[in-house]
Amino acid sequence: MLGPSAAAYLIVSVFLFAVGAFGVLIRRSPLIILLALEIMLNAGNLALIAFSRHWGNGDGQIFGLTVMVVAASEAVVGLGLIVAMSRKRVDLDVDRLNTLRG
Amino acid sequence: MAGNVLVWVVWVVAASTLLSSGLAVVLFTNPFFSALALLVNLGALAVLYLLLEAEFVAAAQVLVYAGAVIVMFLFVIAYLGGRADAPWAGGPTLQAVAAIVAAGAIAAEIVVAVALKAGGSLSHSAKLSQGFGSPSAIGRLFLSNHLLAFEVTSIILLVAAIGGVLLGSSGPEEQRLEAGTR
Repeated sequence: MLGPSAAAYLIVSVFLFAVGAFGVLIRRSPLIILLALEIMLNAGNLALIAFSRHWGNGDGQIFGLTVMVVAASEAVVGLGLIVAMSRKRVDLDVDRLNTLRG
Repeated sequence: MAGNVLVWVVWVVAASTLLSSGLAVVLFTNPFFSALALLVNLGALAVLYLLLEAEFVAAAQVLVYAGAVIVMFLFVIAYLGGRADAPWAGGPTLQAVAAIVAAGAIAAEIVVAVALKAGGSLSHSAKLSQGFGSPSAIGRLFLSNHLLAFEVTSIILLVAAIGGVLLGSSGPEEQRLEAGTR
């Protein structure tokens, strides 16, 4: 394998996941939280693809493609919820969205 | 070996772009810039996928994310009128410190778990079969060993599309309100 081994890719993936988790924990706008969630999903995907290349087995890439589909669906539903919230004049701040009342 | 040096250079550039643009997504106060930084992030990730010989995944990633997801995000941000939101304005809060500690703990935990489980076996990677990661290999896997995952994927997309339409359409109460104002 040319270039770095799978361990280097895994380290990058761990740091990317930590950056995404930090974003989810610290931001208040649900839009940015969704973006940070995408980063976390992509970090998991990078680990899957790195292991797939490491073992020479294509199953990891299949798993990565499935995760991508789930991420796209999650973005659709999340953005739909945010738009529905803003149309009901709810303040877009996750620290204040602490009840399930409409 | 000149090829190996070139791959290392590309890897270092892509990995540092990946991490710094990820941080930029989290730290930009303007949500519009955050979405654009995520676009850079996805481009760097596609380069890493290409280095890992996952050509089809890299192409699908650019198409799905850059083509669909980011466009949708930018559309919603424009619709809501991207308001700036700076959680660190006015000094470090307890929540910010806790978030940094929690993110660091997650990173340390994963590193320890992976190193204990697979530390020794990660340096030598397997030889690849011909056409690894090509569209035809992926398609063959999807239609043979992973047919169920393929079908479930299509159902997930259908449910997400229906859910998006339902969430986006206005409920009966809102429709009455809109009819009343007209």
